[in-house]
Amino acid sequence: MNVFLTLTFSGFALGGVYFLAASGLSLIYGLMDILNFAHGLFMTLGAYAAWDVATHLPAAWGAPTLFGIALVSSILGGAVAAGLTEVLIIRHLYARPVSQILVTIGLDLAVVGLLLGGFGSNSLAIPVPLWIMEATKVGSINLPNADFVALFAGVVVLVALEWFLARTRYGITIRAGVENRTMVSALGINVGRAFTLVFVIGGAMAGLAGLLYSVVFAGDLISPTQGDSLLIFAFIVVVIGGLGSIRGSAVAALLVGLVQDYTNFYLGSHPGMAEIGNLSVVLLLAVVLEWRPRGLLGRAL
Amino acid sequence: MNALEVRDLHVTLGGSHVLQSVSFDVANGGVTALLGRNGVGKTTTLKALLGIVPSTGTISVLGTNTKGLATHRVVRLGVGYVPEDRDVFSGLSVAENLRLAERRADPNYDEVYSLFPELKTRSRQRAGTLSGGQQQMVSIARVLLNEWPLLLVDELSKGLAPKLVSELTDVLERVAQVSTIFLVEQNLAVVKRLATRVIVLDHGEVVHTGTSDELADETLARRFLGVAGAA
Repeated sequence: MNVFLTLTFSGFALGGVYFLAASGLSLIYGLMDILNFAHGLFMTLGAYAAWDVATHLPAAWGAPTLFGIALVSSILGGAVAAGLTEVLIIRHLYARPVSQILVTIGLDLAVVGLLLGGFGSNSLAIPVPLWIMEATKVGSINLPNADFVALFAGVVVLVALEWFLARTRYGITIRAGVENRTMVSALGINVGRAFTLVFVIGGAMAGLAGLLYSVVFAGDLISPTQGDSLLIFAFIVVVIGGLGSIRGSAVAALLVGLVQDYTNFYLGSHPGMAEIGNLSVVLLLAVVLEWRPRGLLGRAL
Repeated sequence: MNALEVRDLHVTLGGSHVLQSVSFDVANGGVTALLGRNGVGKTTTLKALLGIVPSTGTISVLGTNTKGLATHRVVRLGVGYVPEDRDVFSGLSVAENLRLAERRADPNYDEVYSLFPELKTRSRQRAGTLSGGQQQMVSIARVLLNEWPLLLVDELSKGLAPKLVSELTDVLERVAQVSTIFLVEQNLAVVKRLATRVIVLDHGEVVHTGTSDELADETLARRFLGVAGAA
């Protein structure tokens, strides 16, 4: 039973990271109809921004302080990368979906190539505080503190996003833009500014996801291609949850995290089944699409 | 200065030449109606004025040439818009629909709620669940929150019960005291009551401009509007 509970908690933590990675993607598609294949790049750049800042500041500041600064840097790194991508590239390609897909894929390949050239293919270590590597005893089971961090970040971002979309004028503008962007413009509102903001928010969450994925699931290591690996799962989460639905992404992220964790543990140790966790997620996607093509909470297709 | 000056306006949509060298002026003050049968390009004209559909030609809105201006910038010149199909945001509440339309620091909620008290009681209701008439109230309330020198109103009466049409016409009559209204309307009774000037479109061209009194002319009404005179 203890193993099952530990796995469940770990699956929730994985879901927290998947939600961070997927929610921006879902938001960007929901408002702008843009399938942004550069989203994985925002995750990678967020993680590299965190590493760059944390390793260039004096070690005497202490790991907790440096990790806090790294967290903020990952958010800012992802946000700046996403904002620049929207302003310099995407803005000129509205209503040209094929061009958007090709350009965002090309951007991802090019920048990942630059990172490989600049930093090498070896993974880099992010300094983290000792307590993140420890565990907390809850009842009779030990739960990794890193999992608490991932789950907490996911919940905070979900609550903050829901509040932003429901209560702020920009949030209402974004929800209105999902329905009818022409009418939003006809009310005198600059939809382009809302688009940039959506990209920046999505990039900020992606950057945070990039760092937390390294800390929670990759042994505090970052690599140039980690965002692309995470992007695949982010897309699966977005499709299962329903394109454009933040709550759908949250539910789907937990589902994917749990299914992946359970199958990896219970079936992954059998011969030839090492990748069964990834396969199970794809099967889950197929089942959901067959049963409900719009996804769990998505709008009608 | 006229509120609107349109010269040689062309719009092509999906290979169809919808507006062909349309030129007209809308004088400041009062109500000018744009009339014509279904499909002659009335709604397209309003959308072209706002930059919602691409066009060629010259459009001057409240003295400013709008060439190259995005829709939100045209609106910010002082143009309110009531679209043909209400276009309320169905997933947003009534209150959110109105909040989104606020363009000034002190939006005129007192007037809106005194005209449409129903909107206050239904402020938390999703706009998509309102009746057609209530959605039209939201659509009009959105522009009434602000003061617009120029209002573009598309098919105020479309699909609404006669009593509600009469009430909404009362509202526009009041608004016309302070704003210029350019009205697209099929209901000739509404046009006769509100408009002092009319512009008639046919096959994408302006075929008549004059006073609304001329709508009593059987020939004009039958030829271009497909109805009997509205005297």
